[in-house]
Amino acid sequence: MRVATVLRYSWRLLAFLRPFKGRVLLAVLLGTMTIASSIGLLATSAWLISAAALETSLANLGVAIVGVRFFGISRGVFRYAERLISHSVTFRLLAQLRVWFYAALEPLAPARLMGYQSGDLLGRIVTDIGVLENFYVRVVAPPLIALVVGAGAIALLLYFDILLALALAVFLLLAGLVLPGLALWSTRGPGRRLVDRRVALQTGLVDGIQGMADLQAYGQTARVRGQIQKESRALMQEEERMAWLGGLYGALNLLLGNLAMVTVLLLAIPMVGAGQLEGVNLAVVTLAALAAFEAVQPLPLAAQQLEGSVQAARRLFEILDAEPAIPEPEITRALQPDHVALSVQGLRFRYGPDEPWALDGIDFSLNPGRRLAIVGPSGAGKSTLVNVLLHFWPYQEGQVLLNGWPMVDWAPEDVRRLYGIAAQDSHVFNATVRDNIRIADPQASAEAILAAAAQAQLKDVVAGLPEGYETVVGELGQALSGGQRQRLILARAMLPDPPVLVLDEPTANLDPLTERAVLQTVFGLARGRALLLITHRLVGMDAMDEILVMDKGQIVQRGRHDDLVRQDGLYRRLWQLQNRHILNEPAPAID
Amino acid sequence: MFDRRLWLQARTNRTNLLLTIFFSGLAGVLTVVQARLLSDTVAQVFLQQATLADVDSRLLLLVAVIVGRSAFVWGADVSARYLASRVKAALRSTLFNHLLQLGPVHVLGERTGELTATVIEGIEALDAYFSEYLPQLVLAALAPLTILLLIFPTDLLSGLVLFLTAPLIPLFMILIGRAAEALTNRQWRTLQQMSAHFLDVLQGLTTLKRLGQSRAQTANIARVSEAFGQITLRVLRVAFLSALVLELLATLSVAIIAVEIGLRLLNNQLAFADALFILILAPEFYTPLRMLGARFHAGQAGIAAADRIFAILDTDPIVPEIQTGSEVASPRLRSAQIAIRLVDIHFAYQDGQRPALNGVSFRLESGQRVALVGPSGAGKSTLISLLLGFIRPQQGQIWINDRRLGDLDLHSWRAQIAWVPQAPYLFYDTVAANIALGRPGADKAAIQEAARQARADGFIRRLPQGYDTIIGEKGARLSRGQSQRLALARAFLLDAPLLILDEPTSNLDPETERQLEEATAALQANRTVLVIAHRLSTVASADHVVVLAGGRVVQQGRHKALAERKGLYRQLVGASSYQGLTGGAGAGGSR
Repeated sequence: MRVATVLRYSWRLLAFLRPFKGRVLLAVLLGTMTIASSIGLLATSAWLISAAALETSLANLGVAIVGVRFFGISRGVFRYAERLISHSVTFRLLAQLRVWFYAALEPLAPARLMGYQSGDLLGRIVTDIGVLENFYVRVVAPPLIALVVGAGAIALLLYFDILLALALAVFLLLAGLVLPGLALWSTRGPGRRLVDRRVALQTGLVDGIQGMADLQAYGQTARVRGQIQKESRALMQEEERMAWLGGLYGALNLLLGNLAMVTVLLLAIPMVGAGQLEGVNLAVVTLAALAAFEAVQPLPLAAQQLEGSVQAARRLFEILDAEPAIPEPEITRALQPDHVALSVQGLRFRYGPDEPWALDGIDFSLNPGRRLAIVGPSGAGKSTLVNVLLHFWPYQEGQVLLNGWPMVDWAPEDVRRLYGIAAQDSHVFNATVRDNIRIADPQASAEAILAAAAQAQLKDVVAGLPEGYETVVGELGQALSGGQRQRLILARAMLPDPPVLVLDEPTANLDPLTERAVLQTVFGLARGRALLLITHRLVGMDAMDEILVMDKGQIVQRGRHDDLVRQDGLYRRLWQLQNRHILNEPAPAID
Repeated sequence: MFDRRLWLQARTNRTNLLLTIFFSGLAGVLTVVQARLLSDTVAQVFLQQATLADVDSRLLLLVAVIVGRSAFVWGADVSARYLASRVKAALRSTLFNHLLQLGPVHVLGERTGELTATVIEGIEALDAYFSEYLPQLVLAALAPLTILLLIFPTDLLSGLVLFLTAPLIPLFMILIGRAAEALTNRQWRTLQQMSAHFLDVLQGLTTLKRLGQSRAQTANIARVSEAFGQITLRVLRVAFLSALVLELLATLSVAIIAVEIGLRLLNNQLAFADALFILILAPEFYTPLRMLGARFHAGQAGIAAADRIFAILDTDPIVPEIQTGSEVASPRLRSAQIAIRLVDIHFAYQDGQRPALNGVSFRLESGQRVALVGPSGAGKSTLISLLLGFIRPQQGQIWINDRRLGDLDLHSWRAQIAWVPQAPYLFYDTVAANIALGRPGADKAAIQEAARQARADGFIRRLPQGYDTIIGEKGARLSRGQSQRLALARAFLLDAPLLILDEPTSNLDPETERQLEEATAALQANRTVLVIAHRLSTVASADHVVVLAGGRVVQQGRHKALAERKGLYRQLVGASSYQGLTGGAGAGGSR
């Protein structure tokens, strides 16, 4: 990574500390005082002993004894206070960063997040932000502390002799600037190779574990075991190469600190003989020089961690800086949520200027009480249409009118609340049944939740669950069967009493018996509302007022079921294909 | 804070463990020597007016000692890192091999993510334990002892003070450690909860947005993040407080010593050189113990990871995985003609808690095509797992050509099977390597021929790098239909006499569906076939249909005969022939 990049990201990370300026300064001050106490402790006790060797009276040593006692206690207390303050600032900041991250992420979904896996985003909000702890605790304060303490220690020796001060300054510069620079430079290449090796091994392990069934069935376990062993050994070798560097800087720091001490001693010995330095101070300057190195000790590690922090920052800023697909409109009208007339005229949409039209001239209208189906093979543009209607993507041509006004004039959240949506990819949260319904309207009363559940015929299902409405449905709703899951999603969609019901493949992956039961529920719910059913499964089509058949972004046929089956066309082909299936829910997938 | 299991692991790498201890010990001895040299030099110059020429040889020795000490510190660090790296590699292999032994039925499913995380992150969490915590533990045991042994001859009284105060530090550490352990566990759980919550929200972001509720989640994110920050701070506060207590304790002891030697210095009962020596050494005596406290967290995290790792290693495998290479006494199977007979098969998961098969018997004659149908949960997947040898029947027998499956060499048995699962796993490798899964050495022409037969050649050629495209990299995500065809290509290439096929369900577009059907039909020709059927055409053309429900065979026979009889089969076929919904399907419900 280039130095300019490192500086730019570090600067942006530092900017987050602005609200905590006072506390950060306090932490730096306390950190400085901690190390100053260390130096003070060693120096005063060295003086104390030296003086005691000459003096015969305890009274003359009184001040030094108090000093030793003070520094001994203050060192621990300062260190405690410094750690407490710096960590509490850091963790408050990290919590806030997580909120900022989510707030920046939310407007991007789903249009701008298509290229990201949820695991990747999770890594950013949990791990990457966690990594920044290193930056705020180890990278920000220690250089400042080292600067102040180093200057102080040099000034202390300057009080005795300029030569001693110069010697210390040289060694402090070596340990505080050259060593961290070397550490940063020398570990970068091996560090990156280590990461590459680790990723390769992890990919192999994930494949080996998650693809285990396929591997064993195809007799490949021995081969993969060998491969993993090889990758593991390669990682080990890289780690061992890194081991030499890892401990080197700690050892070099120890070396420089002690050499500084010997150098100061070497320079001071003739001064004692010449009477330039009192003998009683010989131990003082020697040990003070050694103690000052506590300040530069954390710097090489900080330098090594800067790289990781900047990488994490880069991944965070990528999200924080992204532009949402739909900007918030300037003027927003208040929608009348009860009566909604939707009219789509000549709608055209594509994902990018060079892409083909995903929706190419769509016309239809939808009013309360009407049932409209949009059918077609996957890839025809059905789900794209829903996303455009929900204002997730901006359309390029044509109009979507809500009660006569262009959709873009309304606030996106208001538009979305018009629709009650049950989709095959609707997420079931890892929460109780009740909370999974309530999420559609956090202010809903207990009665409203029960009523929504009743409408979706979820009541019998809930009665069969171990803890009724308080049953936690597991990760991705695993405690529920496919049909139960769909009913839960329907109940949620019904809770805000939406004027338009949108069902996107509501019965995919259900067996035909369950499919019928769910669709019957749906038709019951649709009474008095506008219903938009999107599916490639031609079930219940005879109950629809109008069917639009889509292919490659266009409406290729429209009409009622009875007429469409009789016409030669896509609809009839789909109808025939479908009737070759018999039951069997998909088996629990092994993947 | 000493973990026996991890210590045993460390002992398997005796060289590095001993080197770590040896180098640490030497560094400790040199610390004492350095203190002695330093105090003697200072004393001579200070009290006996020695000149530089008088002490130059001693100073030279001092430099040598410093260099040596730094080198040994480095050496100890390097060997500790080597130790960590090797133990990790060994444990990683053991753990991965054990997972292979446990087999896909145990490993795949709800726990896959957790197991994968243990193999990857759990093993990495041991790094700090072995490279930082364990060496410090050794040092904390060795260094104070060494120092004590060397101080006693110099000054009995100071030695006694050290000897008596030292045990206080581990005592306090144990007391504080107990409190911290509970907190650390809670922090770990909070982190897990935070991750789970974030993942849930991220995966459900589109759902939340459709409901117009995504912004409302910001408050929840803030609450969860702050809760994690709070608990982390509480853990740290305990750690910092313990550090403070330890530091004050150490300071107090040093102060006692300082006073005690100071008084004797005044009364000329102690030489200055000895006093300075003790003063320099006394803090060093406590440092390793205090440092151990600072690395407490690494120790805790390592032990927590070890708990998870050894929990897996302590699980007994269901089926011993056959080691390749080792000549197995069991007969190898070499037969192009395979007939299978299942007799009264019983199987239950979770130690018999969850029965899956309750006495299943049927035959699959050589060259026959048998279709398996039934609702989900009927036991179809369990049956396949049994045939593939992932699990063994708890009662009953599977006969392969009049040999018991349990007596056969699993490896050679599996070589007779081409298995095409519903959701084949695609490995992070080239398309060609994925097709050649069962025959890693297959040549290009054979792979392409198999792909052609599986109707996969066309889309593979359109991929960025054709057959050399790495699956899973940007732009190379395959659709379900495409993955399915790659799995079919695998089966074509393997050319095994027995085909076990899990037909894909309806969730594909018609064109893909047609291609898949052609490819599957071609694959079935001239083979013994067991197929989990989802298509009417498949069952209609099968030689024999087995209807499974609730872990039993409820019906079997030919399609025509079954369809005429009353029973589950007719219900299934009836449900799929799509009469209008208004005709009413009273039965059904979910599950």
